[in-house]
Amino acid sequence: MNLRPEPLAYELSSPGRVGVSLPGCDVPETPVPSSLLRVELDLPELDELTVVRHFTRLSQKNYSIDTQYYPLGSCTMKYNPKANEAAAALPGWRGAHPLVSDAHNQGAIELIYRLQESLKAIGGFKTVSLQPAAGAHGELAGVFMIRAYHLAYGNPGRVKMLIPDSAHGTNPASCTMAGLTTVTIPSDAEGGVDMERLAAECDDTVAGIMITNPSTLGLFERNIEKIAKMVHDASGLVYGDGANMNALTGVLRPADVGIDVMHFNLHKTFSTPHGGGGPGVGMVGAAASLAEYVPGPIAAEKNGKYSMEMPSKSIGRIKAFYGNFAVLVRAYTYIRMLGADGLVRLAENAVLNANYIKARLEKVYPVKYPRRCMHEFVAMGNFIDGIHTLDIAKRLIDYGFHPPTIYFPLIVPEALMIEPTETESKETLDAFIEAMLKIAEEAKSNPELLHDAPHGTPVGRLDEVAAARNPVLCYRG
Amino acid sequence: MSIDKNSRYRASHEWARKDGARFVAGISDHAQEALGDIVFIELPAIGKTFKQGEAFGVIESVKAASDVYLPMSGTIVAVNDALAGDPAIVNKEPYTGGWLVAFEATEPSEWDSLLTPEAYEAESGKE
Amino acid sequence: MPFIPNTDKDRTAMLGTIGAGSVQELFSDIPSDKRYPKLGIPNGISELEVLREIESLASRNLCASSSAWFLGAGVYNHFVPAAVPALATRGEFLSAYTPYQPEVSQGTLQAIFEYQSMASELLGVDTVNASHYDGATALAEAVIMALNHGGTTRNRVLVPAALHPEYRQVLATYLAAFSVRVEAYSEAPAIAVATVDAETSCFIVAYPDFEGRVHDLAGVADTVHAAGALFIVSADPIMLGLLKSPGSYGADIVTAEGQSLGNAMNYGGPFLGMMGVTQKFVRKIPGRIVGQAFDHEGRRGFVLTLTAREQHIRREKAVSNICSNQGLVMLMTTIYLEALGKSGLQAVASLCWNKAHHAAKLIAGIPGFAVADGTFFKEFVVKTPVPAAAIVEKLEPRGVVPGLALSRYWPERTHELLVCVTEMNTAAQIDTLVQSLKEAAE
Repeated sequence: MNLRPEPLAYELSSPGRVGVSLPGCDVPETPVPSSLLRVELDLPELDELTVVRHFTRLSQKNYSIDTQYYPLGSCTMKYNPKANEAAAALPGWRGAHPLVSDAHNQGAIELIYRLQESLKAIGGFKTVSLQPAAGAHGELAGVFMIRAYHLAYGNPGRVKMLIPDSAHGTNPASCTMAGLTTVTIPSDAEGGVDMERLAAECDDTVAGIMITNPSTLGLFERNIEKIAKMVHDASGLVYGDGANMNALTGVLRPADVGIDVMHFNLHKTFSTPHGGGGPGVGMVGAAASLAEYVPGPIAAEKNGKYSMEMPSKSIGRIKAFYGNFAVLVRAYTYIRMLGADGLVRLAENAVLNANYIKARLEKVYPVKYPRRCMHEFVAMGNFIDGIHTLDIAKRLIDYGFHPPTIYFPLIVPEALMIEPTETESKETLDAFIEAMLKIAEEAKSNPELLHDAPHGTPVGRLDEVAAARNPVLCYRG
Repeated sequence: MSIDKNSRYRASHEWARKDGARFVAGISDHAQEALGDIVFIELPAIGKTFKQGEAFGVIESVKAASDVYLPMSGTIVAVNDALAGDPAIVNKEPYTGGWLVAFEATEPSEWDSLLTPEAYEAESGKE
Repeated sequence: MPFIPNTDKDRTAMLGTIGAGSVQELFSDIPSDKRYPKLGIPNGISELEVLREIESLASRNLCASSSAWFLGAGVYNHFVPAAVPALATRGEFLSAYTPYQPEVSQGTLQAIFEYQSMASELLGVDTVNASHYDGATALAEAVIMALNHGGTTRNRVLVPAALHPEYRQVLATYLAAFSVRVEAYSEAPAIAVATVDAETSCFIVAYPDFEGRVHDLAGVADTVHAAGALFIVSADPIMLGLLKSPGSYGADIVTAEGQSLGNAMNYGGPFLGMMGVTQKFVRKIPGRIVGQAFDHEGRRGFVLTLTAREQHIRREKAVSNICSNQGLVMLMTTIYLEALGKSGLQAVASLCWNKAHHAAKLIAGIPGFAVADGTFFKEFVVKTPVPAAAIVEKLEPRGVVPGLALSRYWPERTHELLVCVTEMNTAAQIDTLVQSLKEAAE
């Protein structure tokens, strides 16, 4: 890592410098009315090499998959194949415009169509829309669809969405945006949905349930078919949060167990890069019940001609144009390289790797629900007084590993959520396990090492309280 | 955990105290400790009316945000302006300098529905 | 398989540690009759074969780099310096996660802080977030902010009739759960603003509007604020290199589509939703925000801050459900703005202005053609003597993309063409356009 402080671009600026050469004006000039003209524009002034060094040095202050192992639960930080990038960077995509007629964008629409078809097959869906730009965006589309369905059937009173307590925060937040109220369903002793509580809530105000399967505890919901039936019998619909699809590709089609609508995060399961926060794609797949409600337009094919069409009962556009297209190219590339056989191996090795780490760590790091896990599991970091999960996470950085997801799900105290993914070798997993075991020993022998961690990073633990009390959000002189 | 003997409480950890003709409200020591270092407090406009148990503001720490509920029905007559500059006062003095709002009770009898210091101590000790 | 390193030997050893007989056994919680379905998609093929297939698909689109390109309408063909993708696609940026662990994410965090600094300057606001999915969703979330701010009595939203039609559609989707009246105004904002009343939540201005017109917004904010409503501006950030910022006109919330700042058109995505606000709304803005912080040794660093607004903490009470954003696109924009800097951005904006005005003058001189009145920046509406869609259809195969036929969105507006001219268009291409329009109308 680059430990040297890197000045802000504004601090590197020197008046008169520029980092790009532009052509001169080859047409007669037209004066701008002075009433409209901007007087001040305080942007940094840098030469190109300074810009290149600045961002190269900044990049070296990051952990990334290309440099470090990232056992980040629920985030599926798998390797992002370089072929994905090569495919997405083709000039034929970069220069394509969504408002050119479909006849002159056949390549782009055909790619969308093929990806839709692949994802339909993987999920068992009737329709797939690639419009949503992120998992939460797909969720939003899904709950809008459920709401639209109930309104179309003359049931405006169905506004109650059931959400297990292990769910991602985006689930209830999406419901609020769609005008639905949420009821939390607790987990039972086995980490599954409490069936009695669910039954009690299945009344005539139920819009549906949002279920993450495998759950954020890394456990497959064994009652999924019963849950779906119970909700369907109450005329509700089942939303599947597909954040954890990495455990299931080629092994289970979610629609086969009663899911009506679901999002997949293409930036998790299908290897498109996280980019330090995005862009993602939150594909929405729907079973027959909701097939016509998906956001549009979506790609259609007729006699070898491709076009973008709006489904008949669509909730409409959820984003301008046709989704995060360049991300779709990456996901398509990956799915083609893996194919049906590779998708099965993906899920199998993801689950194998998680169970392997769990088997080697669970005697030291207690696991609240000790069942066999799927692609991830949730351990706890409070096995000794005075040490918290945060300390373990920060100490892992000293060993060259990105910390697991911490303090989530909320129902496990001091949670350490570990997801290895299938793209890591046994040697890497072993090195991570050794580091975790070593840290557990240090927690007893030398707890200060953990409290002060991390040590070899560009900055130590930052004062987040001061930062939030008096926020400084911009450089100003 | 300290408890102010002159106040009454809600199970959601707010306190109210008589202050002449009006009442003052805040959050308990237990609540401030659970939230951790408070970074921001959103308080209502003077003149706003709330029912008993209705959320009148939000307290934010780095890792949590919590609605605060008015212990009794009333109209806000004053808010603690000092908290805008230094929300940590609530961490340091939850019952004194860290008061949140003063209100005129519209249902003064609701006072009797609040937990006594002893009852609150027993209640919050269970958590 | 290149992306799955476990060998049979590894698997055997790992299963031994786990105490399972086979990998399949690990899936025993899944209903047995539903396990291992036949997917009906082909088995995997090699990288070489996949890339050949995708290259063939990519060649079947009309492409700006091999055309005389005058189509914009919300997706713009601007120059992207080589340094932008070269730096942004470094693995340390590309394959990094959301910077929740600040000690090992200072690269991403500092870049976001620099983005916030430059973008807030450009938009003329106190703070921007990082980021929304695109300009349309940023505007929709701005309206939701205004609705939440105004309370239940303010349920009227005023939008320009010349708002990008797809933005209008996205707004309608997002507002499905609100009981609001979205009303379109056709007059100039300075006139339409008189209709803002006590029931109005927000007054939205497109700057420029979908037809390219740039309105003087002096005085608008005062009228909006006097009625207790919020003033929202949806802007073109390239234009702000030359013309006054929305913030300088008193906007409360400014949104923008950031694609034109260093990002390819990519068939419409991924783009960058920019949103900025005045100080008053800093704790109500959706999305991630980075702030400056110090460690115990006094070293400066950056952290995600004000997170209590967000879904992972506030859940159903969060200001928005947004989580993943357009991080890498925002990084491209950051690099772009630093590479161009003050004089570079001013130069790009001036080139757009001058070339667009030159093209408009020449087109207005073609018999039968006219250019719509009003001040414009880089786009303007051309009245055509024959249906604009026919002109587009005729010229596209010839490698001349003359603009957008407005009939795409308004079927009755058959004889109007929205033409966009940027720094990418040479004088020779403009001449080609003029000549082609002349021929297409014959």
